[in-house]
Amino acid sequence: MTGWSALDRFLATDPRDVGCEQAMEALHVYVDLVAADPDAAARRYPGVWVHLEACGPCAEDFHGLLAAVTGSPL
Amino acid sequence: MDTSGDLIAGATRGGKMDQESTEWLIALKATGPERDAALDRLHEQLLRVALQEVRRRSDRTPIAGPELDDIAHQAGADAMLAILAKLDTFRGESRFTTWIYKFVILEVASKIGRHYWRNPPVSLQDEDWDRLPDRFGLDPGLQVEMTELVGAVRHAVTETLTDYQRRLFVAVVVNGVPLDALVAQLGVNRNAIYKALFDTRRKIRAFLAANGYLPNDTTAGKS
Repeated sequence: MTGWSALDRFLATDPRDVGCEQAMEALHVYVDLVAADPDAAARRYPGVWVHLEACGPCAEDFHGLLAAVTGSPL
Repeated sequence: MDTSGDLIAGATRGGKMDQESTEWLIALKATGPERDAALDRLHEQLLRVALQEVRRRSDRTPIAGPELDDIAHQAGADAMLAILAKLDTFRGESRFTTWIYKFVILEVASKIGRHYWRNPPVSLQDEDWDRLPDRFGLDPGLQVEMTELVGAVRHAVTETLTDYQRRLFVAVVVNGVPLDALVAQLGVNRNAIYKALFDTRRKIRAFLAANGYLPNDTTAGKS
């Protein structure tokens, strides 16, 4: 990936993005769905999925919660 | 950005709460030894998850050893207080344990963000644009492309952003300040900074596309 394409990817925004507040509000519900069926979770909450793809800190929280719920190794 | 509506208002899990979650609620709302035992179990689980979480994040933070353990213990204790204060708001949309783990994960994130300013590698006044290519993995050997990219982005920032947006963009994107550290320093919530950065990304991209640096984006400006 060139610097320009990486920059373009960073600058891209998706109008479905629900933002941090709503994503965190729904995170426990979303994580239980992901643990059961990741595709169903993305279909049920597309705006949360989009947000977690774009927001590093929220994605970090998501991965931490998923690890806690599934007992994933560190 | 789509911030309309309560996302979990319609969430159900088969119409009733699972048995384990129900048992947690009954025990935590009980009195005497039953409640004391539930509180001990709650604290034990929160601390376990907090310790796991600080270790999971340890390679992305300069904090180590006893300081990480301190953060975990503080996060566990603060999460417990928050959970007990909000117990009546648990509606069974998820498992109870998933709900309580969310509290402690968010406490860990917040405390690591605040800790950043104890020994920050950069200050909010710094503005080293030479770091920008690193943020996008640009090969340092591509000097011409690097110079053009930095120049174009700086031009877009100057032409399109407000002072506040510019400050946030430089802090997070140019200087690499973690977003949660900025949250702690500015005393605003994560969503406010994300929303502002979302708008800066749209503006900068539109400027770069209009000036031929990036392809036109059919979704720009729709949010």
